[in-house]
Amino acid sequence: MSGVSIGDLLFYVIAAVTVVSAAGVAFSPNIVYSAFSLMGTFMGVAALYVFLAADFVAVVQVLIYVGGILVLTLFAVMLTHRIADVRVSNRSVGRLPALLIIALVGGVMAKAVLGARWHTVAAGTPAPTTYGIGNAFLGDYILPFELASVVLLAALIGAVVLSRKELKE
Amino acid sequence: MAVGLAHYLIVSLIIFALGLYCVLTRRNAIGILMGVELVLNSANINYLAFSRYGSGNYDGQVFAIFVIMLAAAEAAIGLAIVLGIYQTFQTIDVEATETLRG
Repeated sequence: MSGVSIGDLLFYVIAAVTVVSAAGVAFSPNIVYSAFSLMGTFMGVAALYVFLAADFVAVVQVLIYVGGILVLTLFAVMLTHRIADVRVSNRSVGRLPALLIIALVGGVMAKAVLGARWHTVAAGTPAPTTYGIGNAFLGDYILPFELASVVLLAALIGAVVLSRKELKE
Repeated sequence: MAVGLAHYLIVSLIIFALGLYCVLTRRNAIGILMGVELVLNSANINYLAFSRYGSGNYDGQVFAIFVIMLAAAEAAIGLAIVLGIYQTFQTIDVEATETLRG
């Protein structure tokens, strides 16, 4: 008898948590609940990264998504909504056309995923990835790496310029 | 059945569909940005799954880090724009802000 191993069971649990929180983000009528569901999704995705033997990317995901983007999103939610009308603030319109489009796109993608014969190699034992990623960043990917710093600097300056108050003299 | 590449692709597909639904139906600008984050996360799962089961080298992981970096920049700029819209219109409902509609 081929039982389900503990690792596989854990994968299913984490995948279920991730998908349910993502559904919470998409369907919750309250934007604050959506934001907190987003945290469950990000943590679940980070756990999936660990399953995929990507330890460094998982830590980066927790640091940047949960520690940065999510906090930023929550700040924006709290700054732009009066608490009184938060319940009607996350309305959805056009559900039927949206579901139609998603059924179409999702159907095609599911057919591609399940129908294609992917060329897979046997997954090796997980090893620390920081050495390889560092070499890749300073080797093959040196130009994108440097461009990324320019992009981040531009985003930093842009965000400051956009969100500052105009001083009227 | 052991967990393999297809499992990760299916999870990623579901998250992508939910993110797309979020982007299409939400009328709150922050809700739309949340949908974009879901789509980016699903793309990242694909990158890492193919990196693990396909190539076996680090290209997928490097791309995933670039995607996370761009998502951070996008969130910072997007939310700054949302705050600017809120200061101008007192709302971030994307149907109420149609000054530029011809």
